[in-house]
Amino acid sequence: MSLPQDSVPDKLPNGPGAAAILAAGIGSFALGMLAVLADHVARFGKMMIFYRPTGPLSGVTTCAVLVWLVVWAVLDRSWRGRTVRARPLITAAMVLLLLGLLLTFPPFGDLF
Amino acid sequence: MEITVRGLWTMIHGMGFGALYLMACSGALVELWRCCWPTGPGTESRTNDSFLRVYLVVMAALAWLAVLTGTYVVYPWYRVAPLPGIADLSGFPQRLLLSSPSTAGWHSIGMEWKEHVAWLVPISITMAASVFLRYGRSLGTHATLRNAVIGFVAVSFFAAGVADFFGAMLNKNAPVRGGRTIHVMQGRRQ
Repeated sequence: MSLPQDSVPDKLPNGPGAAAILAAGIGSFALGMLAVLADHVARFGKMMIFYRPTGPLSGVTTCAVLVWLVVWAVLDRSWRGRTVRARPLITAAMVLLLLGLLLTFPPFGDLF
Repeated sequence: MEITVRGLWTMIHGMGFGALYLMACSGALVELWRCCWPTGPGTESRTNDSFLRVYLVVMAALAWLAVLTGTYVVYPWYRVAPLPGIADLSGFPQRLLLSSPSTAGWHSIGMEWKEHVAWLVPISITMAASVFLRYGRSLGTHATLRNAVIGFVAVSFFAAGVADFFGAMLNKNAPVRGGRTIHVMQGRRQ
């Protein structure tokens, strides 16, 4: 994915930006996926109860945020100071974001 | 004129953080377009750049405050279950909505969607703020990144709109009430 640094000398490298965007897409998808799992798999739903008054929502959102932050940290470390081929990464991020959005919609999540 | 503590927190969550974020979102989209779009007017000064940086950081703070107060302060009051035998469900919004087929959808679709979709907002806007903090107006020279940032902010606008709409409708059909009563002002009897 990485290009030679000198191919775009007049720009800041796009690696850190692409890392932040892809991580946000992955985090959004993780949120939708975990919400569907917690809703449909009783045992997983119980595991997601980190704070009883809030129920499984506490675990679903905490885990999704952790996934997002960990992925962001790893990608940022890998792509810091580098220029990457951004288009496929950004396309993947947008698709993941839209899937995450769709999975949070109950009539869609109930299809699984 | 009085309000309960739970009603006050619901107002702070929805009208304070949530609605303010929603209003700020259209401004952010316009400013990102002005600053970074090839056909936009562009930012002429470093002050405009700094303004947008601060603006996006404040939006991210609002988004986090909205979801955290919603999830950990208001939502537990919404979903609290009554003790067996209690017939008056007015203090138990979730159970009140589910007790009638005509209102159950506000919970099973409205709240179920709102409680999750709202969390896309802080993720998206924190990303947008961090990317703009790093790149500033030079984001305009990275077309792919710029389009993605604007796309994420637009999706966060939609998600916040869904959350605010259902929040308002849920509170209309089954308000979160209770706790200590705060007397705001003494009215005059007609």
